[in-house]
Amino acid sequence: MEPFPRLRSIAVPFARDNIDTDQILPARFLHLARDADHGACLFRDLRYRGDGSEVEDFPLNRPAWRSGRIALGGENFACGSSRENAVWAMHGHGFRAVIAPSFGDIFAQNGLKNGLLPVRLPAATVAAMIAQAEAMPDGEVTVDLEAQTVTAADGTIHPFEIDPFARKCLLEGIDEMSFTLSHNEDIAAFERRLGRENF
Amino acid sequence: MSDEPRTMFEKVWDRHRVLEREDGQTLLYVDRHLLHDGTAPAFEMLRVRGQKMRAPGRTFATPDHYMPTNTRIAAEIPDPALREMVLSLERNAAAEGFALYGLDDPRQGIVHVVGPELGLSQPGMIIVCGDSHTSTHGALGALAFGIGMTEVAHVLATQCLWQRKPKTMRIGIEGALGAGVTAKDVILHVIATIGTAGATGHVIEYAGSAVRGLSMEGRLTLCNMTIEAGARAGMVAPDETTFGFLEGRENVPTGAAWDAAVARWRSLASDPGALFDRVVEIDAAAIAPTVTWGTSPQEAVAVDGRVPDPATAPSAGRRAEMQEMLDYMGLSPGQLLAEVAVDRVFIGSCTNGRIEDLRAAAGVARGRQVAAGVTAWVVPGSAQVKRQAEAEGLDRIFRDAGFAWREAGCSMCLGTNGEIGAPGERIASTSNRNFRGRQGPGVRTHLMNPAMAAAAAVTGHITDVRRLMEAG
Repeated sequence: MEPFPRLRSIAVPFARDNIDTDQILPARFLHLARDADHGACLFRDLRYRGDGSEVEDFPLNRPAWRSGRIALGGENFACGSSRENAVWAMHGHGFRAVIAPSFGDIFAQNGLKNGLLPVRLPAATVAAMIAQAEAMPDGEVTVDLEAQTVTAADGTIHPFEIDPFARKCLLEGIDEMSFTLSHNEDIAAFERRLGRENF
Repeated sequence: MSDEPRTMFEKVWDRHRVLEREDGQTLLYVDRHLLHDGTAPAFEMLRVRGQKMRAPGRTFATPDHYMPTNTRIAAEIPDPALREMVLSLERNAAAEGFALYGLDDPRQGIVHVVGPELGLSQPGMIIVCGDSHTSTHGALGALAFGIGMTEVAHVLATQCLWQRKPKTMRIGIEGALGAGVTAKDVILHVIATIGTAGATGHVIEYAGSAVRGLSMEGRLTLCNMTIEAGARAGMVAPDETTFGFLEGRENVPTGAAWDAAVARWRSLASDPGALFDRVVEIDAAAIAPTVTWGTSPQEAVAVDGRVPDPATAPSAGRRAEMQEMLDYMGLSPGQLLAEVAVDRVFIGSCTNGRIEDLRAAAGVARGRQVAAGVTAWVVPGSAQVKRQAEAEGLDRIFRDAGFAWREAGCSMCLGTNGEIGAPGERIASTSNRNFRGRQGPGVRTHLMNPAMAAAAAVTGHITDVRRLMEAG
């Protein structure tokens, strides 16, 4: 995994609660290989009509918001299906962080493992940032993972929480599997105990 | 270990702790890893690293997502990309040596139907699968949850998973369920009550007399849709219903080992006085047969109710959201749900594809005919459910009534196998998600229980099955 950069970008608002992963990546693209262009399928059925033409007022089709690296979402962003492909689609399009009041649990976990940082900020803060994005579409937002702060387009600074280990993995590009494999002896000891207890 | 009273969840969690990380995350050992035919990328992640599976003996697979339900022959899958999903699972099983219930195996089916059916899912276990509806298996008193693809690869390589301990929520459902009210209505009512994010970050324990009174099939339905309330997992304490369901199944211990297992499973129930982070009480008698009207499982009302009016919404944001849903669903505020005509009916899925579900639907279909212009499918949850239904003559009842009787799989629940509706079509569905486009672009989904779906099929519109059965 590539080390997570300090991000500065316009912020693309998806101003609805409970956006589900079926919207982010429709199920008919789930069979695509990992290295396929998932970004092209991001929000496919909200972003394009059946004939392939763009839905003009969908955020990703607004001229100012075509190439953002930071997304803003509503409550329970990316709920529903566990499909990691939804993260691949966000990442493939260029997003590296999503700022929302809350996330679907599995999506947030999937994001951390793929260099898409889920940032939880209070609902009022996110609502204000969405309003700023709509008022000044070219306003830039900064996500500083090192400092654990978001700087909104209006210059206000908002701290956020993240698991320290996930932060370290993202900053240094470490993957969790290598770390766990280094604890092989602990796992083997557990398995021996498990065998004795027969459960 | 302290003597503090513990919840069932905490007992299962504590027993599976391998080690703790300094940031407070716990490495949990996984007893059962279930795989389906969407898992190829995880094996690719292992191959790239030159990593082998740690515990193939704890891993069980069956194709369900990508296989069309009109054939059992992989070579007949018209789309080569979908065919490859099914074939790659077979190749990975052969290469790594884990159990595969393939297309020609009498145990094939939807992974969340097969696990309990084969006795693979047992009380006290930790069970994971790369599918959010893994919460289903919690009905047996297991801690079972869905994971992403990178986590699947992590479990393949280490048989473990890092987790931050979730919070606990007890949902007590007391009282008697009314006539025609099923586990599906209970869970739709629960989600409508607490919201689709109502249990985010929590593991739910379902308790109370109404839950105790549910069959194992009903409990599986209840826990299945727990993810639709945002929860990590749902659990029901094992009891005589659980033991009666498990005894004699293929992977369940026998003889003295069975007795020892039951004794161990009995001790899993939450201790008296165990504390939950949140407690919700639901009155069973207040639950009606329930139908969704919108594009989130929380947008559900009693079948004899009306489509809600956005004008009554508490905020402008909610008003806009409701209006978008009504526009997508082609419904008007105040419209009676029972007037809404359907084009298709889908009876099946890991939510409602078990034998009890098919019996309930057949009870409505018996002696009736699918309404003109309606396409109705019954897709058994597993090959075993299909054989059982056929032994009971349910297939004949469905066929005589004009339903299509299909092979086992996920089918129209999410349509990854190509089985989807046409844009604008309205489907009465026993599945779990009514998200926009879930059953095909532009398709409108109404979630309901199996008897209600059968009632919609024979009347051509959403119907209160209680009225239909009274009318005879």
